[in-house]
Amino acid sequence: MATSDKEPVDLSVAMVTDPAPLADWLVIAPLVFGMIVGSLLLMVRKDTRLQPYIAIPGLVVLVVIAAALLAHVVISGPVTMTMGRWLPPFGISFTVDILGALLTLTAAIAALAGGIYGAGDVNNSGRRYGFYPFLFLMMVGVSGAFLTGDIFNLYVWFEVLLIASFGLLILGSERGQIDGATKYAFLNLVATTFFLIATGYLYGIFGTLNMADIAIKAKTMEEKAPLVTLLSLYFLAFGMKAAAFPVNFWLPASYHTPRVVVSALFAGLLTKVGVYAFMRVAFVLFPAERDILGWVIASIAAVTMILGAMGALAQTDFRRLLGYLVISGIGIMFAGIALASPDGVSATIFYAVHSMIVMTALYLASGLAARASGGFSIAGSGGIYTTHPFLAAVTLILFFAVSGLPPFSGLWPKVILVKASLDVGAWWLAGAVLLSGFLTTIAVGRVWVLSYWRPAPAGTGDEQDAENLNPLIDYAPLVLLTAIVVALGVFPQQVLELSQTGTEQLLNPIDYIRSVFPSGGEQ
Amino acid sequence: MEVPMAFLVAIFFAVSIYLFLSKHIIRILLGAAILSNAVNLLIFTSGRLTREIPPILSADGPVEGVLTANPLPQALILTAIVIAFSFFAFLLVLAYRAYQELDTDDTEEMRFAEPEEQKLPPLGY
Repeated sequence: MATSDKEPVDLSVAMVTDPAPLADWLVIAPLVFGMIVGSLLLMVRKDTRLQPYIAIPGLVVLVVIAAALLAHVVISGPVTMTMGRWLPPFGISFTVDILGALLTLTAAIAALAGGIYGAGDVNNSGRRYGFYPFLFLMMVGVSGAFLTGDIFNLYVWFEVLLIASFGLLILGSERGQIDGATKYAFLNLVATTFFLIATGYLYGIFGTLNMADIAIKAKTMEEKAPLVTLLSLYFLAFGMKAAAFPVNFWLPASYHTPRVVVSALFAGLLTKVGVYAFMRVAFVLFPAERDILGWVIASIAAVTMILGAMGALAQTDFRRLLGYLVISGIGIMFAGIALASPDGVSATIFYAVHSMIVMTALYLASGLAARASGGFSIAGSGGIYTTHPFLAAVTLILFFAVSGLPPFSGLWPKVILVKASLDVGAWWLAGAVLLSGFLTTIAVGRVWVLSYWRPAPAGTGDEQDAENLNPLIDYAPLVLLTAIVVALGVFPQQVLELSQTGTEQLLNPIDYIRSVFPSGGEQ
Repeated sequence: MEVPMAFLVAIFFAVSIYLFLSKHIIRILLGAAILSNAVNLLIFTSGRLTREIPPILSADGPVEGVLTANPLPQALILTAIVIAFSFFAFLLVLAYRAYQELDTDDTEEMRFAEPEEQKLPPLGY
């Protein structure tokens, strides 16, 4: 450079000059670590016996990293790391607050359970086709979406997790899987395209993609730009990703087709990313516009939770029934977003954590039940209670939890949500939450009565179909997740406090913005 | 230049939506390809279209009245093109496999994951 001889350029105006503190590296550690282990697993793709021995310790380390990140965020507030040392908003920032860190940790736990279960559930050809590499790649996408502070980067992580989920979905190349995957792929492509359209307009309006930067500028742009339209586009895109009514049809068409462990991972991780992304956009970026759309979100939430539960009532296939319960849970999360009161949003965060754990566990349990009784149809199976009493007991706990009955984890967020709805006089929303819980209880109660409680129907031949379940690989992930469900139900204080602090950071994102722009947002 | 481009983007969107409404996977696939191009053009146009003015600031800052094209949307499109291309490749293979395995590209006949006649759950023992 010729100019540098004459006057030295002051780099500190444009670049981060101090090296990042060691603890801040935790922000990108889940991504870097996930990519490294994922590539390592890709290299040993053909050595199917070795893969679980790399993947499961890798997932344990991922849980530890996510837990350390959550602890770091709780102690020192939102943390930002900017790529390439360019000062934000020019460098791509990763900004983590409690909401992102908590969901990353929960996702890592669900993935760990899936990884262990996959050691028994995914056969050699599934492993050769890359079950474990795809699992890590999907975790990278999910964690990236939870951790990033840049909206275009969020879109990229959505695509990363989507392409990994395609790979997982068609692992067996069965007819039903290809059919389900076709619908899943096209409809999710449309959803992410809507996300991209909205982001294009967003850049056209604000000229920045950094979420904290947009949050500052949105306050001055309310009059000048069609921000309500923009938020509606985001709502459509993320509602489609989250499978909210009326754009939910890809979920029941595809979630029951892949291997059980893949369904479990999808149910635990993917739809919640949509909910998270909408929370981030609605509360941090466009809070004023969200208030205008509040009644739309509330009615969609109510319809989603009730139709999800009613869909579950009409199903004979255990896995399809669970797919509808996932949708019903999405409705409950959107109800908290619609209320936007501190209680409502903390209920949404708590419910997201609960739903990730309990839906993963339920799908895993459905897989074990199918192996124990010979099929997923609740009409044809039975007698699990006599042959596998432990599995039956664990499943009953999960059924109670998903219905929101005490003393398990589903109770507290629903109680808070009902109270928060009544506080603002939205009695119909409170009624919808209670009604959906009631319908869910009937739906899962029927599964319990037919598949577990009643004696095996004559002639189903459950004697030869029934497999012996491996206590370590098959039961350990289920017991791990159920233990968390029980712990969250009996000692909700810890997660409740985290949700409340996370809500404060979300509704009043001053700390979030200050972590990106230490000078307080005045550039 | 932006106004004709806006109309072009609108035509692209209309064509892709029309193709998406079809029952045949191959048309939906073409619709997906056009949709991604529509979005790319949209972002491209939103970054201003000018020729012959490089997007470089002079030492005194921006010159009054001279608008340059914003290079960042073009970088975004590059990312979006790569993603859309890989998606399209995947969808193409998926659609071909679906045609081979399911023996149809008519979505009304693709009822393997959700059979048409579903038994209702039993009402009693």
